[in-house]
Amino acid sequence: MTDPASDARSAGRTAPIIELIDVNKWFEDFQALKDINLAVLPGEKLVVCGPSGSGKSTMIRCINRLERHQSGRIIVDGTELDDDEKNIRAVRQEVGMVFQQFNLFPHLTVLENLMIGPQRARKMTKAQARERAELYLERVHIPEQADKYPSQLSGGQQQRVAIARSLCMEPRIMLFDEPTSALDPEMISEVLDVMTELAESGMTMVCVTHEMGFAKRVADTMMFMDAGEIVESANPETFFGNPRTERCQRFLQQILGH
Amino acid sequence: MRLAGHHRTLFKMLALSLIAVLLSGCSNNWGWYVVSPMTKSGMNNLLFLIGGLKYTLLLSVTAIMISVVVGLLVALPGLSENRALKLFNRTYVECIRAIPILVMILWVYYGLPQIADIQIGVFWAGVLALALSDSAFQAEIFRAGIQSIHRGQYEAARSISLSYTDTMRFIILPQAIKRILPALGNQLVYMLKMSSLVSVIGMQELTRRANELVVTEYRSLEIYTILIVEYLVLILIVSAGVRWLERRMRTDEGS
Ligand SMILES: Nc1ncnc2c1ncn2[C@@H]1O[C@H](COP(=O)(O)OP(=O)(O)O)[C@@H](O)[C@H]1O
Ligand SMILES: [Mg+2]
Repeated sequence: MTDPASDARSAGRTAPIIELIDVNKWFEDFQALKDINLAVLPGEKLVVCGPSGSGKSTMIRCINRLERHQSGRIIVDGTELDDDEKNIRAVRQEVGMVFQQFNLFPHLTVLENLMIGPQRARKMTKAQARERAELYLERVHIPEQADKYPSQLSGGQQQRVAIARSLCMEPRIMLFDEPTSALDPEMISEVLDVMTELAESGMTMVCVTHEMGFAKRVADTMMFMDAGEIVESANPETFFGNPRTERCQRFLQQILGH
Repeated sequence: MRLAGHHRTLFKMLALSLIAVLLSGCSNNWGWYVVSPMTKSGMNNLLFLIGGLKYTLLLSVTAIMISVVVGLLVALPGLSENRALKLFNRTYVECIRAIPILVMILWVYYGLPQIADIQIGVFWAGVLALALSDSAFQAEIFRAGIQSIHRGQYEAARSISLSYTDTMRFIILPQAIKRILPALGNQLVYMLKMSSLVSVIGMQELTRRANELVVTEYRSLEIYTILIVEYLVLILIVSAGVRWLERRMRTDEGS
């Protein structure tokens, strides 16, 4: 597999910030992940695609332990994820996640949505948390929505608030699970723009998305999953120009519309 | 608009019941003198009856505050993945729910002091019995309310590293309570009515006072009618208050 992360490691340059080694995951009898091996370097942008049900969500949800893997190892920023609650919380402090359905807290204002993490999990004062919240709201270009409730915002605005909520924890890694799939077409680009800016700032990102324009723009590594396996992993030029497997070729044809 | 409409119905019902009572008072079967504010003894009787309101309210409100807390503490283990915790929740709910409130009152007042070797007054026996009985229902209400909150809310809270306690306190419970408010209101109304049962152990609440007055005045029809009106007024006011609270919490969310 031509994986720049493993290339870099063998060259002895940088250690990966996310590492999955022979990870397997079952839901009852159904195996959702099969021998997943993956290494993401600090600052790397990994874009994951694949048909629905192929295990993309399950894989990235294992990285912040929203799902528990049953075998193999997952090491995030030097901490191995096991049943130790302390390790889990340590990892979650460093890993932000953006969901397809936004999952904002509907009973809190935009600003309160952003402040709760820093206040409760980072033990910041209210004033510090507010200052940080305002900063990141600015970063996602909606400072004027601070006092509204999520239900008063458009989908694109809600997703940007969700991104800001994660950024307020100042994570080292951001996970995106189809962040634009629930959006009306005209709102997709405002979210992708924010994600592109984030990529340019040097954030380590793992994005599950079918927005191939975005992928070509920011990805260092492209990955194709099918039936719980990583079928293909390559740099974007190789991935789009010369996919090795037939499954991946067919998928790309469908999604790129020719 | 809805507020005005609601108050209008409330007043209409009150006025109707008052008119009905006064009209029938003209017939020979009634002897309203027993509670007539025009005479000294009538006024005393009336004040004696209404004086029970304080205890009915104190009993019910204290009991419901305890039962809400106990109910929540019983509901949480019921939501856990852990078998033993779940079993505790089911056992508690099923057993407590099976005991008639009147039996619970008698048992707490006459039985509990013997096995626990404690002195327990009428008021606290009443509160304890009512709270225990109600806590099983509160537990079920909380469980359903918490379960109705979407899984994505927990996941979002976890993803920003909130602890279980913080997730419950700041994310899940505020939303759940808003949803179960109508059910909590129902429980309060139910509690106000069930507090009348504490009269059997001598608590000087509305019903006990009516009973005592009937024994000395022999005017059961008038006195129990007054008792009904007392509960009616009390509960209509409480219902209106609960509805007002619901509306306020809805507008809180800005939608
Ligand atoms: N909580 C769950 N319980 C049972 N099966 C699940 C659960 N979550 C996901 N699955 C199954 O695992 C497979 C992979 O799901 P998912 O990771 O969500 O796929 P993707 O994100 O690629 O669409 C699917 O077949 C799905 O039905
Ligand atoms: Mg998915």
